[in-house]
Amino acid sequence: MESRLRVLLLIVCAVALGGCSMWPFHRKHHRAPTQVVDTIESDNPTAPIVEPQVTRRKVHAPKIRNSNFEFGGSLGLLNVEDFGSNGVGNARLIYHITEDFFAEGIYGESRLGLTSYERLSGGARLLTDAQRKVRFYTLDMGYDIFPGEVYVGKRRTFNSAFYLVGGVGGTQFGGDTRFTITVGAGYRLILNDWMAAHLDVRDHLLDTNVLGSMRSTNNLESTLGVTVFF
Amino acid sequence: MRTVLKLAALVLLAVPALAHSADDKRRQFDRDDGHYVQVTVADPYLELHLGPGRRYPVFHVISRGEPIQILYRRTDWFKIRDEHDREGWARRGDMAETLLATGEKLPLENITRRDAGTYPWEAGGETGNFGGGNVNSVYLSYALIPNLAAEVSVANALGHSSNSEMLLAGLVHTPRPDWRFAPFIDVGTGLVRVHPKATIIAPPQRHEVLGYYGVGAKWYLTQRFLLRADYRSYVIFTTRDQNEDRNEWKAGFAFFF
Repeated sequence: MESRLRVLLLIVCAVALGGCSMWPFHRKHHRAPTQVVDTIESDNPTAPIVEPQVTRRKVHAPKIRNSNFEFGGSLGLLNVEDFGSNGVGNARLIYHITEDFFAEGIYGESRLGLTSYERLSGGARLLTDAQRKVRFYTLDMGYDIFPGEVYVGKRRTFNSAFYLVGGVGGTQFGGDTRFTITVGAGYRLILNDWMAAHLDVRDHLLDTNVLGSMRSTNNLESTLGVTVFF
Repeated sequence: MRTVLKLAALVLLAVPALAHSADDKRRQFDRDDGHYVQVTVADPYLELHLGPGRRYPVFHVISRGEPIQILYRRTDWFKIRDEHDREGWARRGDMAETLLATGEKLPLENITRRDAGTYPWEAGGETGNFGGGNVNSVYLSYALIPNLAAEVSVANALGHSSNSEMLLAGLVHTPRPDWRFAPFIDVGTGLVRVHPKATIIAPPQRHEVLGYYGVGAKWYLTQRFLLRADYRSYVIFTTRDQNEDRNEWKAGFAFFF
């Protein structure tokens, strides 16, 4: 009974919402110009005095290419606390919102190594092979704290930026996905109009109970990558 | 022998390319004529920065009446080339006083506040609390009219007793989208996949349908950038006797485009 009432309330809410959108809050911006009725008396009262013959010239905004997105990948090392360091691969999409701030989404994969207990005890395995696969995603915001230029040789200069990132995500390993807070810093070297190289160091903070008791762990990741602007 | 052949092939391939560049001694500015938007500086001068940001130093000044090509735009900055093939970055605000070949001003929109007619898309990410656990979500919305938007979102709830993934679709009603601080209400539905956590016997994952309604607010910070926070009440229509209720609050960043 309660759920039916809930469904009914939801429907009422949806209908009310739809109705609200019809409410003319925005009409003042879109009001059609009122027609001025010509009241001057003439021989033929229906004919307008002046026929307007205005043909407006259409102004086309010239198309300037926007280049605010970066897409790319990176490779490096991920250290998962107690499980050693292993190779990691990332795919990332970056959107530059302003000249200082960017939003970033990352998906990465890695594998867990053996804990020292597993190595010393001989054959004992805490996790299956499938549980040793690490998958993670991160949603973060970045801030270009030190933009600059680097000089390579006599003739070449490249724009660069040292940036800070912070965000949230999820990390899946050992048969569970854990909420993850990520903080880090990176360096972007803009190679030409469409390509950049990145060097990133990030700390993934998460709580895990894979080894018995629940505790917080720091998992450092360092990667080198390439992105393409579009 | 094979290496020598490879090298010879490379040289042969490279020769036409070099010959081409040697032949065409025209400036890049002339070669790209018609390829890019070309404007004339109408202000007394136009400053060129080394990079797309106010903190990059000015290295050159283009004077009034000189033609320039606009190569591309990144955030609020334009990559510019002058007729001596110098390339640099000019701020959008400084570009407002440039003229097209027709004598008209270069039409550049000033993104200080949301104009849902020009920028109907909005995307963002939020994090918060869902039924006692953590939740991360990303969303994409499209403004059908200035104060009604359709929204799809993907969320990952990470709880103590279960993890779940949600795919949601809903409508967002913003009574005053022109306000800097814009409250909204939303309603929607979706699918949820629940993975219960258990150490001994793992129960199978469940698929359920859910509905939600909520309230929230957006705060337009600068240019395309905004903060968003919202509260939602979810009903999960389970296959069991009783439906489940979940409360969610979350906050995050978004941008419109």
